[in-house]
Amino acid sequence: MAFEFELPPAPTQNIKVDLGEGDLVRRSASTVPPPAKKLTPVAKLIDVSKCIGCKACQVACLEWNDRTERIGFNYGVYDNPVDLTPESFTVMRFTEWVNPESQNLEWLIRKDGCMHCEDPGCLKACPAPGAIVQYSNGIVDFDHEKCIGCGYCIKGCPFDIPRISAVDHKAYKCTLCSDRVAVGQGPACARTCPTHAIVFGTKEEMKQHAAERIKDLQSRGYKNAGLYDPPGVGGTHVMYVLQHADKPEIYADLPKDPRISPVVEFWKGLTKYAGMAAMGAFAAVGVFHYLVSGPNKVQPKDEEDAKRLAGGR
Amino acid sequence: MAAYEVEQGDAVHPGDPVVVDRYTPGARANHWITATCLVLLAISGLALFYPSFFFLTALFGGGQWTRAIHPWIGIVLFFSFFGLFLRFWKANLWRSEDGAWLVRLRDVLTNNEEKLPEVGKYNAGQKVVFWSMSILIIILICTGIVIWDQYFYPLTSIAQKRWAILLHSLAAVTIICVWIVHVYAAIWVRGTIGAMTRGQVTGGWAWRHHRKWLKELVSGTAGDRKTGTKPTS
Repeated sequence: MAFEFELPPAPTQNIKVDLGEGDLVRRSASTVPPPAKKLTPVAKLIDVSKCIGCKACQVACLEWNDRTERIGFNYGVYDNPVDLTPESFTVMRFTEWVNPESQNLEWLIRKDGCMHCEDPGCLKACPAPGAIVQYSNGIVDFDHEKCIGCGYCIKGCPFDIPRISAVDHKAYKCTLCSDRVAVGQGPACARTCPTHAIVFGTKEEMKQHAAERIKDLQSRGYKNAGLYDPPGVGGTHVMYVLQHADKPEIYADLPKDPRISPVVEFWKGLTKYAGMAAMGAFAAVGVFHYLVSGPNKVQPKDEEDAKRLAGGR
Repeated sequence: MAAYEVEQGDAVHPGDPVVVDRYTPGARANHWITATCLVLLAISGLALFYPSFFFLTALFGGGQWTRAIHPWIGIVLFFSFFGLFLRFWKANLWRSEDGAWLVRLRDVLTNNEEKLPEVGKYNAGQKVVFWSMSILIIILICTGIVIWDQYFYPLTSIAQKRWAILLHSLAAVTIICVWIVHVYAAIWVRGTIGAMTRGQVTGGWAWRHHRKWLKELVSGTAGDRKTGTKPTS
């Protein structure tokens, strides 16, 4: 039986690109006019229970994005590379977890990478106009031409995803293969996944598919199986099916209730406006004071007194 | 004698008008290097903080250049200001008359100078500016290093960097406000800017604004005519 969410083969003719400037809903450090048409929200669903840790997605990601990961070092664990890098936009994170109820050793393998938040902290923090954009289908993408390499996106991200390249000092992360999605394809990782642990489609479809998967897992004893689509960031366009959705932190520290840090909100919110008001007020008071009081001038009598004191000629 | 209010190089030249040396060439160069750095830092910092000022990055060769150069200017400013600190800290120590001067801030602002207590080389307002700058620059350099990802990224956590960047912004906004006060006072109180350009003020200026300093200077130089009688032209 054909898999319901099998991705189509690459188009070779009549290629229609449907992700452009007109599809932006957010643009860092600037505003965009509301898009005329709203694209259907998309999502990538990662079913952790189906992942076999083969890392085909890592390879497909490097290949499609034309990145070359440097030869790594074996730290004695399966994770390789051990963390996201400016080249590797996705990595498998392996956790050996003993289920306290069943005493079973469970091997939890989470494919880490950008979650494509509905409310992206990276975009909020970014100071370079247009360096981070969000399309109406939910994809959050970096425009490297405009990136200045400040690393503010790292501070804004609740998931610790972006990485700055030491080579060109620009930030890199998963694009959800926006260039493939633009021509009606799915991300390279989803296309390559041999177990269909990674599935791509509309967000609605993915939620339905997840619901079936969760029902299946629950029927097999995973009573806390559930969908990870954290509301703190407005939901994400990369979602997980977790066997233990009540404890996301056991999956290599997947945050339980991610949200943009209040410190970042304060820095990019009140500080900006209050700061402008304060600087403006100081300058305005200066001008006003000058208009009202006038300059403080040395009087001839002052010079006389000084002469008397110092003994003039 | 080690006059408390008098700094090295301060001297009175009797004449008409009396001329007083206030800042040595070294102090002036030190000041203007610091000032240049502060202005460049403010411009580049505002460009990175306010999207509406991002266009100012063009002055530094674009966003990447601005991001790269801002911390280095900060390093220069830190050491340059440290030089100023060593020169000026002693005369900026808080004195009993400073409290009385601050209480009479209303008279300060309404140019009623005669109602104020006599002050030394610096009045309470200048001292507040001096110590604010000192403290803020320490905060800015420390938080700045925490968020200087190119060299110091591994040393701190992301949560710490978030606090650092917030504090950095708050301190930066505050120091710009302090700078506005500093510059405004120099424009408002006529005869002041010459102290930092030619190094001199008139005796009348010193009498009007820093009488205690002038008096100490006169009594001090009375026994040291060598510095007091140079031709002033």
